[in-house]
Amino acid sequence: MGIVIEKGRVIDPASNLDKNTSIYIDKGKIVGVGKKPVGFAATKTISAKNQLVIPGLIDLCVRTREPGYENKARMDTELAAASKSGITSICSPPDSDPVVDTPAVVKLIQQRANEIGKAKVYTLGAITKGLKGEQLAEMHALKNAGCIAVSNAQYSINNSQIMRRAFEYAHSCDLTVFIQANDSGLQNNGVANEGAISTRLGLPPIPETAETVALSQALLLIEQTGVSAHFCRLSTARSVAMVKKAKNEGLPVTADVDICHLHLTDMDIANYNVDCHLQPPLRSERDRVALIKAVDEGVITAVCSDHQPHDRDAKSAPFSLTEPGASTVELLLPLVLHLVEQNKLSLMNAIAALTSNPAEILGLDAGNLTVGNPADLCIVNMDTDWQVNREQLNSMGKNTPFHGWYMQAAVTTTMMNGKITYQARS
Amino acid sequence: MTEQTLQTDPQGRLKHFLSTEGLSHSLLTSILDNAENFAGVENRPVKKVPILRGKTVVNLFFEASTRTRTTFELAAKRLSADVLNLNIATSATSKGETLSDTLRTLEAMHCDMFIVRHGNSGAAHYITTQVAPHISVINAGDGRHSHPTQAMLDMFTIRKHKGDFAPLKVAIVGDILHSRVARSEIHALNTLGVTEVRVVGPDTLIPKDVEELGVHVFNDMQAGLEGVDVVMMLRLQRERMIGALLPSANEFYNRYGLTESILKVAKKDAIVMHPGPINRGVEIESSIADSNRSVILQQVSHGIAIRMAVMAMCMQRYQDEGQE
Repeated sequence: MGIVIEKGRVIDPASNLDKNTSIYIDKGKIVGVGKKPVGFAATKTISAKNQLVIPGLIDLCVRTREPGYENKARMDTELAAASKSGITSICSPPDSDPVVDTPAVVKLIQQRANEIGKAKVYTLGAITKGLKGEQLAEMHALKNAGCIAVSNAQYSINNSQIMRRAFEYAHSCDLTVFIQANDSGLQNNGVANEGAISTRLGLPPIPETAETVALSQALLLIEQTGVSAHFCRLSTARSVAMVKKAKNEGLPVTADVDICHLHLTDMDIANYNVDCHLQPPLRSERDRVALIKAVDEGVITAVCSDHQPHDRDAKSAPFSLTEPGASTVELLLPLVLHLVEQNKLSLMNAIAALTSNPAEILGLDAGNLTVGNPADLCIVNMDTDWQVNREQLNSMGKNTPFHGWYMQAAVTTTMMNGKITYQARS
Repeated sequence: MTEQTLQTDPQGRLKHFLSTEGLSHSLLTSILDNAENFAGVENRPVKKVPILRGKTVVNLFFEASTRTRTTFELAAKRLSADVLNLNIATSATSKGETLSDTLRTLEAMHCDMFIVRHGNSGAAHYITTQVAPHISVINAGDGRHSHPTQAMLDMFTIRKHKGDFAPLKVAIVGDILHSRVARSEIHALNTLGVTEVRVVGPDTLIPKDVEELGVHVFNDMQAGLEGVDVVMMLRLQRERMIGALLPSANEFYNRYGLTESILKVAKKDAIVMHPGPINRGVEIESSIADSNRSVILQQVSHGIAIRMAVMAMCMQRYQDEGQE
């Protein structure tokens, strides 16, 4: 069965293509871009007139809440929400319950993802057992079971000897380490960026150094052990400068940022807006500007949703007692393109940060429109006008800080392996 | 929602009292003026006025407190309200009930006003967004954020002694970092238009960017007290005297304790205040606490009048609406 997507503006950062042309799909794979293969017969034609056709998004951090937190969300609901944002692959962190520290959990997640069939799910394995930072996890077994990289999620490894050994062992397994830099001592019981806002609201503060001290320690151990590392959720201008310097010195490091930190600052907490209770915390405007610039310059190469859907009770308490995190997965693409509308990012860079770059971080030949690869792509209308309404989110988590925002971009079709996973109602 | 719009109704009348931040000069002044009227009630043979007759006031204390809770209780009783004291720290929430469920339960009992103390900053705001529209919420202390009635009784005490706020220099000394009292004082003093507010303490007890609240920071006690009209000492909690914030209680007293000799650098008629309970020999020398410079006990009795004023103003709104 041949599908042709015609008349769209096709943007493929991997091949630096930006052209009005057609894409030909057969048996779930891309068989032609701009050139109709010999003998191709279209049984279905999709018009992408006045719309973008881009590779399916790869989101480096989506918590589907399975297994273990089905009261917050389920994999089927969250993958459906993701497909609404043009996402065809997600990376799932190991902080489920049970933690992803045994092959059985990896297989369970994989099986669920295959059943649902809405997006490809790549699993991060735990680097230490139970994410406790005390004993190495069976990384080799996790890799054989399908883990794409290892991580201690948002939990710090407090013993630097264990951190060193974990990096060494990961290196010898040829696994990339995903690091969310956070010094638990400096973080203490903090819930908001240290500064005028946390002082005014009397919220326990998290200093910038909670991130930068941990980051500098990790950089030194990366240098020593030779492990490839990916820094997750940078939140400060200072961290950007440190990663930039490390990259210039040739260290094998990459970095991402989540979409909330590109749009919001600690000012948005206003009077205890619990939907802005995030970890890492929302920082200053200066940090936000530096993060956007870092994406534009390619210091930070990927933007992810850091999707954390919560049940109502988790966000229904005084600020410090609520759980951190925002429900963002289905707004990822419109929010990134919002920065393009504001002339903060080029369209090509913005799309690369959502497709080919995260693929490269994960070591995948994906996030592109290369002939012969699976047809993972989406079609985007850049000229709509819609308002975010938390109650209308597909995600079970209604905890979005973007309620009421106006968006221009909207995905009209998402396709994974040539199969439509999301189609907007016309 | 801003502090302003959450605390007042469209006519600018007090609806909830959550913070001294964002309230106007005239509203703060009218709280002080009303308290002046209520201060006379306690000298009458019958210490009661019927303003809150038939209303039920709930003291909802998630954190232990003696003086704040008792002065709120006395204030409510002098306004003829029925008072319910709930010590939540030892009841419902320890049985696993959530805060919103506790509120629903109390609403079902047709209460009119919640006096709330909670260990987490923003708790009173949160409760305000959860309760039925006819209920008023008064913040009796939330985490490090705010303790507005304490600030107002201090303003009342200062006005009694100094008359005008405009020429005053005020120093707040000690643990600013954890102090809801300090934050409320700073907003109130600045709104009432004092010349200068200073905070005095070691860097470990001064929150970051506190200057943006409109204060000058002093690490040195002598420089901080130089020429001030009012010295406000803060309570230093025992668990904070040791560890990473301070080396010892003794070292703190030597550096920041208020002694007769250090007080000499302040104005001759400077008054000494403390929200209580005081730690003699930790924050303040005994002889000062007992001297005529100290207005600490007056603060306590002014607390009743201020709390009567705030409760009456919050409830007045509904009585006005009832007549309309």
